[in-house]
Amino acid sequence: MIIEIGYIGSFLLLLGLMNCVILLTPKVLTNLNISQNILLSASRLHFPIILISFLCLIITFVGEDYSLDYVSKNSNSSLPLIYKISAAWAGHEGSMLLWCVVSSFWMFLASIYSTNLTRRLRINFLAIMGLLNLGFLLFVVATSNPFDRNMTIPLDGNDLNPLLQDFGLIVHPPMLYMGYVGLSVVFSFAIACCFEDDFKKEWAQWIRPWVLASWAFLTLGIALGSWWAYYELGWGGWWFWDPVENASFMPWLMATALLHSVIATSEKGIFKSWTILLSIFTFSLSLLGTFLVRSGILISVHSFANDPSRGVFILIMLIALIGGGLLAYALNSKKFIDEGEVKLSSKEGFFLLNNILLVTATFTILLGTMYPLFLDILGLEKISVGVPYYNAVFIPLMIPLMLLVGYIPILLSKDVVNVQLVQLFVILSFSILLSFIFSVKSILFFIGVFSAVWIILNIVFDLYKSLNNTVKIKRRAGMYFAHFGLAIFIIGASVSENNKIEKEFTLAIGESIKVGIFDYKFDDLREFKSMNYDAVIASIIVSKNDKFITEINPEKRLYHSSDSPMTEAGINGRIDRDLYVSLGNMVSDNKWSLRIYDKPLIRLIWIGTIFMILGAILSIRLKKQKVYE
Amino acid sequence: MKKRSARIYYVTFLLIILGFVLYLFVKTFNENLLYYRSPTQLVDGNFPENYIFRIGGMVEEGSLKRVSGTKKVSFNVTDFKNKVLVKYDGILPDLFREGQGVVIRGHLEKDFFVAEEVLAKHDETYMPPEVQESLGLSEDSKSKTMESISQ
Repeated sequence: MIIEIGYIGSFLLLLGLMNCVILLTPKVLTNLNISQNILLSASRLHFPIILISFLCLIITFVGEDYSLDYVSKNSNSSLPLIYKISAAWAGHEGSMLLWCVVSSFWMFLASIYSTNLTRRLRINFLAIMGLLNLGFLLFVVATSNPFDRNMTIPLDGNDLNPLLQDFGLIVHPPMLYMGYVGLSVVFSFAIACCFEDDFKKEWAQWIRPWVLASWAFLTLGIALGSWWAYYELGWGGWWFWDPVENASFMPWLMATALLHSVIATSEKGIFKSWTILLSIFTFSLSLLGTFLVRSGILISVHSFANDPSRGVFILIMLIALIGGGLLAYALNSKKFIDEGEVKLSSKEGFFLLNNILLVTATFTILLGTMYPLFLDILGLEKISVGVPYYNAVFIPLMIPLMLLVGYIPILLSKDVVNVQLVQLFVILSFSILLSFIFSVKSILFFIGVFSAVWIILNIVFDLYKSLNNTVKIKRRAGMYFAHFGLAIFIIGASVSENNKIEKEFTLAIGESIKVGIFDYKFDDLREFKSMNYDAVIASIIVSKNDKFITEINPEKRLYHSSDSPMTEAGINGRIDRDLYVSLGNMVSDNKWSLRIYDKPLIRLIWIGTIFMILGAILSIRLKKQKVYE
Repeated sequence: MKKRSARIYYVTFLLIILGFVLYLFVKTFNENLLYYRSPTQLVDGNFPENYIFRIGGMVEEGSLKRVSGTKKVSFNVTDFKNKVLVKYDGILPDLFREGQGVVIRGHLEKDFFVAEEVLAKHDETYMPPEVQESLGLSEDSKSKTMESISQ
């Protein structure tokens, strides 16, 4: 029975391919007239086909069908059920199928919510989405089919990489993909608009919720990845400027720029051409990220077995999409004429500065990520770009941006100068006070704290002034939430970096050590056996002035099937700080090497991103009425 | 006329600022490049003291020594042609093992390499491309390499 499931899944993939071809044929052959109904139903049918195929893959994992090569490489009979399911998208083939599922889902949504578009625009838009889906699916079927069979059937599977046996892995890829692929909706729409006579304000209005939704998913995906790295890798860091992280951060920065420029286009009819170009670049960067990560060019947990044909396929697709997109733009860009001028001291002027800064930042990260690859491909030199480069270039670019973010409420309220001066004085004294509390050491961290206070208090002042104007508050709620989240994030990042204590040392059982304001006693070490791993669990008693505070239990695991060790950090998350302990190795009888970190306010980093996501959700307003025909 | 000269000043000013920013940018970029060398390249090369770069290769079987009771370790990194002694005072990554690939950031002292960061690969069947290539540099020892990989 289980054998058939694999065949059904495989068959459905082929059916999906057929469906995509059907979706495109009438478009290509007849151009418009009878094609609309076929195109619409095909674009909606694609999602259930691919979804069921993906469910088949999950069933083969749960049913332990090791005759499938992909299942035997990524699962094992001793794996807990939840990881058997999530293993379906832990490896290359399955995650690419997940990408197709997500892509077909976005096409499904696009097909349903596009009824208010003009006929030709809608058909072109859906046809481009169909083309993208065809490309992704072709990639899966031709180079990475998860339903390929083994020559010989192994008795048991290889096991899932222990690093990936974690809740973070279950949710991180689907969320990230929702963001990446959501941007393909924006891309397709932008290209479809290139074939129209104009890029109307209403269309920018129409695409805005899709930009916001993709951005929200992308933010969530990146935040989950960062959270996972923080507690799972055992180094206590939350951002490493690793090329793979950069690959997701670049489209995020561009999407952030896009979601601002699209507002200017939808409200004032300006930056038309730029918004279209930005849409093309944003999705191109998310494809580039996928290419870098999946082709095995970059070294990380994310890269799987190197198969050059895959890299070549994605590269061709990348060139075709970016090239095609840019060509469509170049041939039509003269049609987009802005309906007004931009003044620098206006909302739109701020969007312009925002876009310049964000695009520049993206470029500097792109350079740091791609330059080593180019040198390597040319065989000149093997280099990598160090973390200090990113900090030295990225942070100075962000400082003016943060000051702009904080100035927006003042810009919008058009207050008299006196009131502004009073506000500035309050903000300045407040941030100096905070800097004393956190004993801020360098000017950089002071700027961090100041810009956060600057953003938050300006929002608070504006809310206070417009207490009786609920319409205004409602309209600005999304923006204020997102900007508030950004400020919270900045406080978390600045204070945790400025005040962190990181110590590595050896400690025997029974010994104590003082790190920061707390005493840590290595109390006990016990053994523990789980379904698929053995572990030693340490008990670290934390106290302050002989008063018990908490107990932290870091683990060292040894996974049976792959024989690989894994460190599980013990984290005590408090309101004001995280106490982070991870076990190193046994260095002599009952003596261990340990890492103890004290990270104040580090949770604000992720709490901040939650506010940003809420802000994006609050800003999504779907307009269903037919206004564009 | 007046308007035009004002514009020239403005553009010159902008260009100077832009040039300065570009200069700082290129300077930062160059200062933060980390070069990669194999043990064989190390033997021939001449490296200034405290110059930070990366090396990679296989951890030689049987070479890992711990200073008992501390977190100090030493081991040899080899490309099967030449090897270099590496000293590290810190916690090795989970997947660090003898006979497997490793990439290390640090600097050279008299006759050994002082590690600041040790990166091991993320799963047991994977080898960093840099390591693979530096192993490929010594052709005569290919069979030995394959043997050690399959272990």
